[in-house]
Amino acid sequence: MAEELKIVTTLDLKGLVCPIPIVKVNQAIKNVQVGEAIEAFATDPGVLGDIPAWSKTTGNELVKMERVDKNFRFVIRRLK
Amino acid sequence: MAENNGTTIIVMSGDMDRVMAAFNIAIGAASMGKETNMFFTFWGLKAIQKGNFTGKSFFGRMMGFMNRGGINRIGPSQFNFWGIGRWMFKQMMKNHKITPLEELRKTALELGVKLMPCQMSMEVMEIKAEDLIPGVEESCGVATMLERADRSKQTLFI
Repeated sequence: MAEELKIVTTLDLKGLVCPIPIVKVNQAIKNVQVGEAIEAFATDPGVLGDIPAWSKTTGNELVKMERVDKNFRFVIRRLK
Repeated sequence: MAENNGTTIIVMSGDMDRVMAAFNIAIGAASMGKETNMFFTFWGLKAIQKGNFTGKSFFGRMMGFMNRGGINRIGPSQFNFWGIGRWMFKQMMKNHKITPLEELRKTALELGVKLMPCQMSMEVMEIKAEDLIPGVEESCGVATMLERADRSKQTLFI
C-alpha cells in the first residue's frame, strides 16, 4: 500500500461473541476519520467470516486479517 | 442510509431461542447500516412486555397469567420442561459468555432498531401500551409492517 495506514483505535473484542463484535466495530469506525483505520483483537472464530461480510456491506476496507497468538487481529480502514 | 435496503423481522414466536435469533439478526443488520424494524405479533409480544400480569376480562386475565410476558420469562421452543430448560439454557449461555436476551434488546434499541408492537394482537390478548417496555414504537397494523417490508431487502418471519 502506497500511503501510510493510520491506526487510531484499538478494540479489544476478546471473549465477545456474535453479534457484539460487529456492533463494536461499527461504533468504532464511526469515531475515526475517513482514511483512518481501526484494529481489533477477537477470539470468536465467527469474526473470520463476519468481518469481511460487514466490511463488504458497509463499504469499508478490510486491510488485514491475521492470527496473533490465540487471537484474530484485523484492521479496517474507513472508506466513507 | 440507503433506501430500500432495510431489514424487517416479524417476530411471531415467543420462544427464547427464536426471539434470540431475531434480536441477533436485527442487531447485525443495524450494525451493517440498515434501517431495521422488528414487528412483534402474537406470542412475540412477550419479548417486549414488562412482565406484569395483564388482561381485563376473565379470559384475558387467564391468558395474562398462563402466558405471562417478559423477556426473562420466556423459555426455549424445545427442552423447556416447565422452566428447567430455560434455567439450563441461561446457565449455558452464561458459561459461554453469550449476551443475555435482555441486553440484546437493549443493544437493539441503542442501535435504533424500531420495535413495533402489533395492535391487533395487543387487543386480542388484552395487553395495554403501558404493559410494554419503554422505547417501543406506537402499536401499528399490517399496513405499517408491509410498508416497512417494502423498504427492506430482507423480510424475515420468525
